[in-house]
Amino acid sequence: MLHGIPASPGIVIGKAYVVAKQAPRVEEKAIAETEVPQELKRLQHAVDRSERELQKILQLTEQKVGSQKAKIFEAQIMILADTFLFDSIRKRITKDLRSAEYVVHREISKYQQVMMNSSDEYMRERAHDVEDVKNRIIRNIQQDKLISRFDASSIVVSEILTPADTILFSRNEVLAYATDMGGITSHAALLSRSLNIPSVVGLKEITKHVQSGNIIIVDGYTGSVIIHPTEETITRCNERKAEHLQFDTRLKEIRELTAQTMDGKIVQLCCNIEFSEEALNVHAQGSNGIGLYRTEGLFMRTENYPSEEEQFIEYKTVVEKARPHKVVMRTLDIGGDKVVSNASSEENPFLGWRGIRVSLDMPEVFQSQLRAMLRASAFGEVWIMLPMISGIKEIRKAKECLEHAKNSLRNEGIVFDENIRIGAMIEVPSAAVIAGEIAEETDFLSIGTNDLIQYLLAVDRGNENVSSLYQEFHPAVIKTIRSIIIEAHRVGKTVSMCGEMAGDPIALLLLLGLGLDEFSMTPYILPEIKKIIRSISYHEAEEIANRILEMKTEDDIKDFLRVNLHTMVPELLLE
Amino acid sequence: MIEKEVTIKNRAGLHTRPAAALVKLAAQFQSEFFIYKEGFEINGKSIIGVMTLAAEQGSTLMLKFDGTDEDQAAHAIVGLFERGFDEV
Repeated sequence: MLHGIPASPGIVIGKAYVVAKQAPRVEEKAIAETEVPQELKRLQHAVDRSERELQKILQLTEQKVGSQKAKIFEAQIMILADTFLFDSIRKRITKDLRSAEYVVHREISKYQQVMMNSSDEYMRERAHDVEDVKNRIIRNIQQDKLISRFDASSIVVSEILTPADTILFSRNEVLAYATDMGGITSHAALLSRSLNIPSVVGLKEITKHVQSGNIIIVDGYTGSVIIHPTEETITRCNERKAEHLQFDTRLKEIRELTAQTMDGKIVQLCCNIEFSEEALNVHAQGSNGIGLYRTEGLFMRTENYPSEEEQFIEYKTVVEKARPHKVVMRTLDIGGDKVVSNASSEENPFLGWRGIRVSLDMPEVFQSQLRAMLRASAFGEVWIMLPMISGIKEIRKAKECLEHAKNSLRNEGIVFDENIRIGAMIEVPSAAVIAGEIAEETDFLSIGTNDLIQYLLAVDRGNENVSSLYQEFHPAVIKTIRSIIIEAHRVGKTVSMCGEMAGDPIALLLLLGLGLDEFSMTPYILPEIKKIIRSISYHEAEEIANRILEMKTEDDIKDFLRVNLHTMVPELLLE
Repeated sequence: MIEKEVTIKNRAGLHTRPAAALVKLAAQFQSEFFIYKEGFEINGKSIIGVMTLAAEQGSTLMLKFDGTDEDQAAHAIVGLFERGFDEV
């Protein structure tokens, strides 16, 4: 049995499918003559796909670092259009009867070798470009084969899942994920949760122990993975599965009820979603709307930036599904661990070009998104939320952009909500310190705890070596949250929380006691949170929060919260 | 078949941009186009091939054209070299 970090709940027994994710390894592989057309088609797909990827990278690089650096990608794109090169590759596939990736590897490596041997430094540099483009083509050929070979109803086992992979696999029937790397708040974990796919991450060496075809059990509640389970174990697992299902059914019964404490305090419970398909959860889980709609999904699915029209259609779908409830749309938050491609590799992506910084640097992309959101606001309640705000200047600039978008729509006679609300995510410590000033300039605040905690504590949440230092209940985190809420309330603005912490049953008593107005979380957990809220008293929660503000360590705080929660809601299945 | 000797005139040599210009121009002709340098033979219509030449300023290349429009091809391409790829 292996232990990892439970990232998305559920218990699944099934066949493993192991995905190798290292730098592409190529072996000489003979093919039959009948396979040649298929192999040529794969080559063409991979070249086309590589070109689209490179065009996108080129665009990004040009906008960010200027056209000089972008030249590298231009050269790579030209290599993809080298008919002489690809004619000879196609000829070799057909004549030598070798796999496409092998021939690509062999033929392009020849040139690479010549360049590597050059005494000219410039030429040796170019050899790396050739290597890059070669690997990209090979990866794309293998990716193509991987998808087509993917056995439906498997448990995906891999070293790491990139956001793009997760989306890719979610289109097939994936039973569960189990990965070597990653932490609970890594993007892949978030995504698998929102897609309701059980997953365990940070298993360190599961790819070494499991082979494709092995039967394994993934327990997304406890974070364990059992390889080759015995009949007995399987029976026990099925029992636990049934128990959880029963509890879930009971939760469904409270769906239509208000999230109100026993002493009458009402809070808003909202869903975090990423895909328009998930918007139905708003009603299915009995929520008050969507507190965080991540718009990156659309950007990751398309090769280029989605057009205003594509965005509008997607946003409108979400708004219509969520009606009559509101949808808080977060503007593009790529960067950090959510980079679309491995294009603009920064040394320190979390402190780099991401969130609102990207949007303000790319006015056309930002305008198209703001216009699409405004247009969607004609069909239901839309709020706009700005990620990665670090100071007032960014808010003012973003508001100017919003005004610009509004004016352009007015001139075109397109209707939208004139009083659309705009708010800021508080996830950068500087913004937390000046939360009051930010609240004055905006309509609402939303605390993004995942990033706020990792910036505050200087802990990379995706790095399993330090992920234990990522503490939701660090006294500094609690005091920061408290001050944000107090400052915002002072100027009459509401505070929401859309990080993982908002959906943590243990944190609930504390957050409620600190006066948080709205909790936005992964939809699956919402009924459970509502049940807890309906079972506790606000007055008691306030007292508990005050006690906690005196405590010095996370362990003390967690224990105290756990004990209190257990006393108040004994039937809760806390794992 | 036509053979012509040319010298690289532009300062940066046959780097990416001139290489691209050369390949693009060569593609407009039916004729085969090969470049020889110190025992290497390169297809002049292949960007990856031309990139491997490492032809710096002052180096000499042998160009070979073979086909129905070899005269026009030779004229145009030699001209491009002589103008230093328009970046001298």
